Amino acid sequence: MSKRTLDIEVLRYDPEQDTEPHFMSYQVPCEEDWAILDALNYIKEELDTTLAFRWSCHMMVCGSCGMMVNGEPVLTCKTFVRDLPKDVRIEPLENFPIERDLVVVLDDVMEKLQMAKPYIIRKDPPPENEEFNQPRSALYKFKQYTMCVNCMCCYSACPQYALDSSFIGPAVLALAHRYNIDSRDQGKSERLDILADHDGVWNCSFVGACSEVCPKNVDPAAALQQMKIDGAKAYWLQKLPGGKS
Amino acid sequence: MAIAKKSVVWGVFAAGGTVAAFLFPALIALFGLVASGTVPEGLEYANLHGFASTWIGKIILFFVISLALWHAAHRLRVVFHDFGVRKDKIVAKAVYLVAAIGTLLTAYYLFAIG
Ligand code: FES
Repeated sequence: MSKRTLDIEVLRYDPEQDTEPHFMSYQVPCEEDWAILDALNYIKEELDTTLAFRWSCHMMVCGSCGMMVNGEPVLTCKTFVRDLPKDVRIEPLENFPIERDLVVVLDDVMEKLQMAKPYIIRKDPPPENEEFNQPRSALYKFKQYTMCVNCMCCYSACPQYALDSSFIGPAVLALAHRYNIDSRDQGKSERLDILADHDGVWNCSFVGACSEVCPKNVDPAAALQQMKIDGAKAYWLQKLPGGKS
Repeated sequence: MAIAKKSVVWGVFAAGGTVAAFLFPALIALFGLVASGTVPEGLEYANLHGFASTWIGKIILFFVISLALWHAAHRLRVVFHDFGVRKDKIVAKAVYLVAAIGTLLTAYYLFAIG
C-alpha cells in the first residue's frame, strides 16, 4: 500500500504553560487507508508524546474523537486521509473551552443532558410480568435519534449555541425528543416544561447545520422543529380549563 | 419553568412560513405578470375584486396576508439576533407591532371592500 505524507497542523494549548493556543506542524507518513485519528496516534507515538486528544473505539460508536478537521466538526475516526488535501489543520471542537490541546471541556452539555430527562418516564405502572410491546412503526418514529453518540459535533456547528451558550442545543433536545415520541413514554409534558422554556427549542432558528455535520446521520434539526410544534400545542392546551398552569 | 410565550409567536411564524412557502412563489410569479402588463386569465381586476367581496375570499386573504406578516416579523427578529443585536425585547416589540398593525389594516381594508 502506498504512503502519503500529510502536513498536519495541530492546535496546541497547555493551560499551565501557554498563555494562548498555538499551532504546531507535523509531517506524517500516512497509509492510504488511515483515518485522521490514526495520524494523530502516529504523532503521539512517534513524534510528540505530549499531544492530548480523546478517542476510544475507533469505530464511530464512542463519540469521543470529535474535532475540527479543516474547519469542519467531524469524528476523526470516520474522516479518512484519502479524502483530505495534503495540508490538514486539526483543532478542538469549536464553541467549547479547551481543556488541553484537542481535548475540550464538555461540562456544559453534560449538565444540559440532565435537563432532557433522557429515560422513559411512566405515570402508569408498566405492564406487569409481560413485555412492553411496541409496534415496529412506533420504533421507527424515534429510532434515528437513538443513533446519537454524543460527539457534540452538532454543538460546534450550531450558530445559535455559538452566539449564546445558554441554548440547550441540538443533541440534547433531539435526545429529549427521542423519548417524547417513544410510545412507552409518558413524560413529554414534564420535559416540555423545561425544554420549551426560553433557552430551549425557541432559540433554534433552523439553520440546520447540526443535521448536516452529524456523523451518525441523526437529524436534530427536524427533532427541534417537531418539538416546537409540540411546545406550541402544549402551551395552548395548558391554557384550556383543566390544563395545568 | 414553563413553556415560554414564544411558542405563540412561533406558532404564527410557522403557519405563516407554510403559507408563504406554498403560495408566495406562485403569487409573485402571477402578480409579476400582472404588473408587467400581461394579465393571466382570471386575474383581472373585476375577478379579484369579486373574490375579495365574498366572505370566504376575505377570510382566505386575511389569513394569507396576516400570517405572512407575522412570519416576516419573527424572521426579522431572528435575523437581528443573528447579526448580533442584543436588544431582543425592543426588536421583538417593534417587529410584532408592525405585524399587528398590518393585521388590523388588512382586516379593515378587507372589510371595507363591498
Ligand atoms: S474513536 Fe470512538 S467515535 Fe471515534
